[in-house]
This record gives sequence, structure tokens and C-alpha cells, in this order.
Amino acid sequence: MATEILMPALSPTMEEGTLAKWLVKEGDEITAGQIIAEIETDKATMEFEAVDEGTLGKILIEEGSEGVKVNTPIAVLIEEGESADDIDTAKPEAAKADAGDTKAETAKGADAAPAAAREKFRPPEPDRTPDWPEGTPTRSQTVREALRDAMAEEMRRTDTVFVMGEEVAEYQGAYKITQGLLDEFGARRVIDTPITEHGFAGIGVGAAFGGVRPIVEFMTFNFAMQAIDHIINSAAKTLYMSGGQMGCPIVFRGPNGAAARVGAQHSQCYAAWYAQIPGLKVVMPFTAADAKGLLKSAIRDPNPVIFLENEILYGRSFEVPELEDFTIPFGKAHIARKGADVTIVSFGIGMTYALEAAEKLAEDGIEAEVINLRTIRPMDTDTILASVRKTNRLITVEEGFPQGSVGNYITSVVMEQAFDHLDAPVINLAGKDVPMPYAANLEKLALVTTNDVIEAAHKVTYR
Amino acid sequence: MAARKTSAKSNISGEELLNYYRDMLLIRRFEEKAGQLYGMGLIGGFCHLYIGQEAVVVGLEAAAEEGDKRITSYRDHGHMLACGMDPKGVMAELTGREGGYSKGKGGSMHMFSREKHFYGGHGIVGAQVPLGAGLAFADKYLGNDRVTFTYFGDGAANQGQVYETYNMAMLWSLPVIFVIENNKYAMGTSVQRATKSPSLWERGASFGIPGEEVDGMDVLAVKAAGEKAVKHCRAGKGPYILEVMTYRYRGHSMSDPAKYRTREEVQKMREERDAIEHVRELLLTGKHASEDDLKGIDKEIKAIVNEAADFSRESPEPALEELWTDIYAADVPQEA
Repeated sequence: MATEILMPALSPTMEEGTLAKWLVKEGDEITAGQIIAEIETDKATMEFEAVDEGTLGKILIEEGSEGVKVNTPIAVLIEEGESADDIDTAKPEAAKADAGDTKAETAKGADAAPAAAREKFRPPEPDRTPDWPEGTPTRSQTVREALRDAMAEEMRRTDTVFVMGEEVAEYQGAYKITQGLLDEFGARRVIDTPITEHGFAGIGVGAAFGGVRPIVEFMTFNFAMQAIDHIINSAAKTLYMSGGQMGCPIVFRGPNGAAARVGAQHSQCYAAWYAQIPGLKVVMPFTAADAKGLLKSAIRDPNPVIFLENEILYGRSFEVPELEDFTIPFGKAHIARKGADVTIVSFGIGMTYALEAAEKLAEDGIEAEVINLRTIRPMDTDTILASVRKTNRLITVEEGFPQGSVGNYITSVVMEQAFDHLDAPVINLAGKDVPMPYAANLEKLALVTTNDVIEAAHKVTYR
Repeated sequence: MAARKTSAKSNISGEELLNYYRDMLLIRRFEEKAGQLYGMGLIGGFCHLYIGQEAVVVGLEAAAEEGDKRITSYRDHGHMLACGMDPKGVMAELTGREGGYSKGKGGSMHMFSREKHFYGGHGIVGAQVPLGAGLAFADKYLGNDRVTFTYFGDGAANQGQVYETYNMAMLWSLPVIFVIENNKYAMGTSVQRATKSPSLWERGASFGIPGEEVDGMDVLAVKAAGEKAVKHCRAGKGPYILEVMTYRYRGHSMSDPAKYRTREEVQKMREERDAIEHVRELLLTGKHASEDDLKGIDKEIKAIVNEAADFSRESPEPALEELWTDIYAADVPQEA
């Protein structure tokens, strides 16, 4: 049977090329792997190998021909006993048309997809049930203790949960978050690593692939930049790349954002960075109850979770419910303060400024509704939208850099879905667009302040 | 620590030899077909062929036991076929179809099979090395005696994360075999132009990891070295390094004009050191098989590959809804 040799695609982007030179002539015996032609692509001149063996029956495209489309028959191979005269040159055309059809179909279908999919992935209705039933006894606890308790409870509950990171075991945690865990769970489950973020993040992800549930502590998220390839390329994308076969149940946690006077390399907020990545869940607790309930959910989640803590908040105390198994679901914002005049959305330490500002604004007769986002991905945009429809004004507060901030994203959602409800431009408050300075006065200037929030509220309420 | 090349004087039966012949030939014919389908525009993007390196995975798979894991880079088709994944599913992934291992969403570089303990298919050079050690970490944590074959190339051997991994793998005695497939070229850069180290496996010595160089064009030598490494790992002695000297006949990817080496160099390897020819000779001279027997196997392999190619063209493209699936694993209940 005659086999047509088609113009090959020799690079991911090649659509046509020049058949620069034939290295064989009609009647030559050809073996598989033999170089038979030189073809110029947009990038280089490539040698073209025969795949099948046989006799070159006929050359269909002469050397020197430019603009030869991929898949055009360029020659025909014949087997023993066949003659070049038998070649049916009409046949290859059919194959070409076939390939073209597939492409057209793809293009057509792609148009229809996004609208339908967006419809389907509309977030759920706002869930306004309280975090714990009314009348539940609570006790005051620091964020630090709440995080430790969350890990300890989950480690008691599931043997495959373990914690690894720098100084988590014998040193009891650089910020004492893992205090006492080594004593209770031993060195098998509380593992000190060398200083090697890229390496141990990768080992953690591999271990999660292998059926255990690591909590990887970064001494700070600034150091996780050395590990970000594993967080994004290995942890977040594998479920999708495997067609749903292989998930990565892992928690990456540690302090994030500015502490105090630690300079530019130790003071960055990564909320917006990770929030951009499909496949990741991104959490930033504010209160001790948030920290406990959300970390327990993070450890149970079958997906990679980025859990962004804050060094300044570690020592602050909040009421935590005394429940045997207290969790907070992802994607459920908390309305920390009710109000009708302006909506302030924040998360993590930004909530400190938002709430302080709301107290002071109340003295001036402006009632702010303050939303604690808690999870940035998935994001409870329904709660934000419902509030904006009531107050008609929105301010977002975060410590990260302003360009491409979480606030920018919230603004775009509100513009698309509640534009007619806005009575003033949205204001995104963020850290200043500068690396963090060391000098005390300059550092203060670089961060968001309570006064910034108050000023913004006056601006959007026009009073 | 062994420094010499492994000799391949073991009692290999004709049946075993025939299996290796068949497995290596399947990879070669499959890859040739993939190259052909790429040329026809049915496979897109990057496509890194394994032709020339077949003895590495076939030899090491012969040393593996059920439950052992494997993970590799983007040059992964050979590894998948060698561990028993279905050629139809692999080829259909190459063509981006619904019948592919990742439903067409992974492509040539990203395929996985939990059933066959194949953990990818990774596109960032060297990233699979700590991931492989992590798989071994999980096995050790869970208390089973499985080992993980972690494959990477001579190019990846210069990535920092490889040495971060060596350090922890030895520190924690992880049951991982680091297989350096040294095919002499990291894309277009020869080993000599990338490092002054005389050998790559010896770098493990600074972490206390034993290893050896292996002739990767001799499937029996690879198998023997693999068995030794597996025994070491399973005995709880920690990691082992095999630097398997091999050669890739084709370009780095399909769009490689191969100007960094001479055609004569490639031709010489093909003619003098080809791994499949080597087994073919052993089979014929040892009277384990006749020319006709081997022709029969060739035919059988050709049929499997053609069936895979047909399947990969007939399987439909993934449904458009697939764009939005498999981003997150299903939520778990909040209660215990």
C-alpha cells in the first residue's frame, strides 16, 4: 500500500515551511529514520526523517518550494511490487480536509464555553449562620494558642497529619506556634527540617501525593518564595493536569506580611500572589476563633491551602468557643460590625485598622459595616455584594502592594455585579508602592493606618 | 561505595530477554509513531521522545516490585509504557483527547496513573526530585517497604533542589533511588559544557549517599544495578544513586535542529550501542528466538502501536465542561 509522506510540523507553532532540499530521489530505497529532506521552519532548518520504509515512488513537492502547509503530501512511499504509476494523488486531500474539520470544531466550541461555565460557577448565596451556636461558652485565647490547638486536635484525630518545617520540633517553633507538639506527638510527626525551603516544600508535596497530609510551616512566607514553584506548579496544578486522579492535601502555613522593623525582605504580604492561582485555597485569619476554625478546615481540606498568619496578631487574645470540634468553612466571610453607611472589606491584620476606624467613624455618626473576608480564595463575594447594595459605598483594606491587589479584584467584581448601587468610587487601601523601609517613621508611612481608613470613609460618604 | 560499572553476568532466561525486547521495542515504535503524529499536527506543543534510552526504564522496571513508585520529568512516555500503562491512554493524551490518561488536560508532559503508581510527568526541570523523595517519605511514614524510582536527567542534576533533596533523603533515610539518566545533552548543552564534575553520581558522596555508574545501553546491566539499589533501599539504608549512561537519538523536543552534535555521533551510537539490537543479538546467538520469532514480535508491537494511534485519533476531544473540572478536589465534610 502506498504511504504518503506529509509536510511535518516541526515546532509547536509551525503552520507552514520551506521544503529546502530533498536528500533522496525518486526510486531510492528508504529506511525508517533516514534523513530524507531539509525543511526550514520559522526557527531553524531541520532534518526530516522518514518514519516508514519503502521506495520513494514520487516527489510531489519540489525542493525550494516555500509556504508548504503542514500536512500537505510532499512525497509518496511505495512498497515492494507497487509502481509509482499506481499512486492515487487524490486520496491525501481527504486526509487534509479531515484534520481541518477538527480545528474548526474546537474554535466554534470555545466561544460557547466561558458564559455557560461562569453561570455554573456562581458562588453560593451568603451564609449568615453564626460561627457557633448562641449560648456556647467561650474563653479568651491568643491566636498563637488557637493555631497550636487546631494542629494538635487534627493530629490527634488523624495519624497521617504531621507538621514539618524549620525549628518546629525541638526549638518549639520560631514563633512558638508548635509549642508542645513534639512532646505529645514525637519526632515521627513533628519534624525539624534543615533550612531548605525549596527542598522541603517539594518533599511535602510529594508526600501529599503519596497519601499523607503534611502541614508545612514556613518560618515566614517571605522564605516561601524559594518554594513557590512547588506550591504553584506541583501542588496547585497536579489535580487538573492528572484529569482529577491526583490531589494534593497539604497546608502551607506561617506568618505573612509586615511585622515590625524587619526591613524589605521580611515584610511582604502574599495574599494577592496566591489568590491568583486556581487550585489553591488562600486563608488569612484575623481572630483566634478564625485561626482555630479555619486551620482545622485547612488540614481536612483535600486541596493545597495557603494559610497566611501574622506575627503581630499571634499574641492577641480573642474569644474562642469551647466546642469539641470547632471548624469554620471556607468561603464564608464574617460581618464583624453591622452598619448602613459604608462597607469596609478587609482580612488579617487589616481588620485591626478597619474596626478601629469604624469605632471612630461612629462617633462622627458614620456607621460602617466591616466584613472580615477570612478566605480570599474561595471568596465570599456574595456577602460583599449584599453589603454594598445596602451601603452603596466600598473601601477595601489590606497590607499588600497596591497594584494587582485583592482590593482591585473585589472592585472589579463589584463593578460588574453592583455598578448601579455605587454612589462613590471604590477606594482600595493598600501598603504604599515601595519596598518596606527600616526607619520607624518611614515604615509607619508605608503601612495602612486607621486614619487612612477614616479619611477614605469620609471621602466616599461625602461627609 | 561501588565505583565500577556493573557487570551483567546473571542468569537471564530466554523468556526474560524476550520480555525486555518486547518492552523496549514497544517504546521505540510508540515514540516513532508519536513523532509521526506530531508531524501530522495531531500532537501539539512539546513532545520529547525517548528513543535510544529504552533500556533504562525497562531494566529498572525489571527490578521493581508491585507497589513501588516512579516519577520522572517531561520525557516520560517510556516510563509510562514500561510500568504497564495502556499505550492507548498515553497516545490519546498526546493527541489531547478524552481517552487520554488526563482526559486530554495534561498532554505529553503531564500524565499520571495511581493504579500503576506513576506520579508524573513534571515539566519543571528537577522539580520531580524532591517530589519523588516526598513519595518515599510517605512510604516510610506509613511504615511500608516500598521504594520510589526518581528519574531525572544530566541537565536537572545541576539544579539546587536536587542537592537539597539528597541532604534530606539521607538525613531521614528515605527509600528513594535517584536515577540520573545521563543522555549527554541538556537540551543543546553537553554535560562537559555544564559542569567540571567528572561524574554526576559521585556528587552524592558529599551527603553520604552511595551510588554507581551504569551502562544504560545494556538492559541487563541496568537491571542488575536496579536490583542492588532496590535491595539497599528496602533494607532501610536510605537513598541510592544510579547514573545511567544513555543516549537520546532524537532531538530534545520535536523542534530541535540538533546542531550541537554531529550526525556521525548519533549514527555511531545507533550502530554500535543500540540497546534493542543488543538484546536482539543475545536472543539470536543464545538461540532463545529465531528471526521469525522476532519478526512476529515486531508485528505484534506494530499492531499495538497502530491500535493506540487509531484510538488517539478516534477518541473525541474533551467535553467543553472539562475546562472547569478537576481544579479542586471535592470538599470534605466539616464534621468528623
